[in-house]
Amino acid sequence: MSPSPTDGTSLEKKERWASGVTPYADMGYYDADYVPKDTDILAAFRITPQAGVDAIEAAAAVAGESSTATWTVVWTDRLTDHKHYQAKAYSVEPVPGVEGQYIAKIAYDIDLFEEGSIANLSSSIIGNVFGFKPLKALRLEDMRIPTHYVKTFHGPPHGIVMEREYLDKFGRPLLGATVKPKLGLSAKNYGRIVYEALVGGLDFTKDDENINSQPFMRWRDRFLYCMEGVQKAAAGSGEIKGHYLNVTAGTMEEMYERAEFAKEIGSVIVMIDLTIGYTAIQSMAKWARANGVLLHLHRAGHGTYTRQKTHGVSFRVIAKWCRLMGVDHIHAGTVVGKLEGDPNTTAGFYDTLRKDFIPENPLHGIYFDQHWASMPGTMPVASGGIHAGQMHQLLHYLGDDVVLQFGGGTIGHPMGIRAGATANRVATEAMIQARNEGRDYYQEGPDILEKAAKGCPELNAALEVWKDITFNFESTDTPDVLVTPSIG
Amino acid sequence: MKITQGAFSFLPELSDEQIDAQIKYSVQNGWSISIEYTDDPHPRNFYWEMWGLPRFDLTPDQSDVVMREVRACREAFPHAYIKVIAYDATRGRQTTALSFIVNRPSVEHGFQLERTDDHDRVVRYKLTHLKASSGSVGVTGAAIRGND
Repeated sequence: MSPSPTDGTSLEKKERWASGVTPYADMGYYDADYVPKDTDILAAFRITPQAGVDAIEAAAAVAGESSTATWTVVWTDRLTDHKHYQAKAYSVEPVPGVEGQYIAKIAYDIDLFEEGSIANLSSSIIGNVFGFKPLKALRLEDMRIPTHYVKTFHGPPHGIVMEREYLDKFGRPLLGATVKPKLGLSAKNYGRIVYEALVGGLDFTKDDENINSQPFMRWRDRFLYCMEGVQKAAAGSGEIKGHYLNVTAGTMEEMYERAEFAKEIGSVIVMIDLTIGYTAIQSMAKWARANGVLLHLHRAGHGTYTRQKTHGVSFRVIAKWCRLMGVDHIHAGTVVGKLEGDPNTTAGFYDTLRKDFIPENPLHGIYFDQHWASMPGTMPVASGGIHAGQMHQLLHYLGDDVVLQFGGGTIGHPMGIRAGATANRVATEAMIQARNEGRDYYQEGPDILEKAAKGCPELNAALEVWKDITFNFESTDTPDVLVTPSIG
Repeated sequence: MKITQGAFSFLPELSDEQIDAQIKYSVQNGWSISIEYTDDPHPRNFYWEMWGLPRFDLTPDQSDVVMREVRACREAFPHAYIKVIAYDATRGRQTTALSFIVNRPSVEHGFQLERTDDHDRVVRYKLTHLKASSGSVGVTGAAIRGND
């Protein structure tokens, strides 16, 4: 049932400016008749008002607190064209089948935001309002970024097309592995894993999010040994290889120093963590474009605010911000692996990162049409509990433009790291070949892999050891419109 | 060593029938097809020699046109690396969609990795393709002679 609207903006002028506390809806932060302009930034919030709080007033409060309002009437509003600067909740709909939750759509004039600054955008949209007492919970579900604002951002330093041309790798997913154990290896041992995994057939190896410059391995030593592994693997395969050197550090100065060194010794890619903050990400994006180095982003920490369905920020918003800020890679879920990822929701993330136009699609959790105005795409990375035996599912759910990262699925191979890498590469190529030949690879996947394994003992061993490994848990972050389909 | 560039280098060498299937798939996607060859498969050699111009506007039943060219290129350069490239001209892509090797020398000599010590333990790397010690010349304007 729709909430009953209050009388909106019909207050007499005198009452509107009377000192004291006036409902947000009555101050102009709710306007059911408002038609969003093409230039407006739109946000969809899932609001859960406290008991007794009217949904429309709650939505108006979100609009108010995320734009011009404070808790009481201030006369200084009258020194401005305040109606222009007020955000307007223009739609408040109950979530079907869920008591007490509403989707509020709010329009913000583009003048409210500084050009090319996610720090500014996020400080407005999620800055104050998430702790607002009249709300039990609040979640930013999606945003429509108008192309007028999209064009104020750099976007990915290279993007999917340029990355593929740079690496000279086409027609199949890229393959990677995260070095394990993630902590404790010496630099020399670490570089050994890089070499074995790359020469065995992977395109990339990767530092993990928390490998920076610890007492057991300092960054510069790691960089040097990793590059030995990368170059030796290039010579052993005739392919371009890369290792994501994580330059995350305590200050921008240290990050620049590490990135400069990575460039100097010939690394094609560097890596940062989401924990460094939006402004630092944008700075590194500029550096990466200026220096011709690919930029990989690990979404470290995002699960603290993206996973729960009623409170926080959806990852589809974070993905959108990251494409604007400008990263070439971002972790975006596996569907079948060990980490959260409903198939439809994950499809929404992947579309957001890769496509030029994404239409509103409730099935995928997409609330607005989004145009990217030809901004290059960001390559999604699938990482966490995936292995060669899932190749048909990975290709089906994630497509070609993705980096499939097999960490344990490479390094844990019974015949060794090189064999683990080969198993993953053979499984990928066999599945692509079969798909292109017109086979129903999703249904016939296990047969295709088994046949490929006949000529490849490495793949055979991988299929044997991981054959029963699935992570089939219910997802928490799912679209409202239907029951989560099961995978497997 | 085996050079593993291209989409299918970890599989057994593709038969002509399998190559034809990949060409059909590419043409069905509206991609143009071209053939390139080289005796210098350095991973940074982005410009292999073009065996004629890309074939635009093919229909799936014309994949034999490309196969004929593949065979002709192999005949002319039996010891070269030859690849088939499918190109996607769609806006937003405008790049190679698929690329795979369809011919390689019977003996692959691989690469030499030269290391030079630089400042503060930095190593400079130089990757050189090892062509056969005698008989191989650049493919531009000359045939590759036997190198195996």
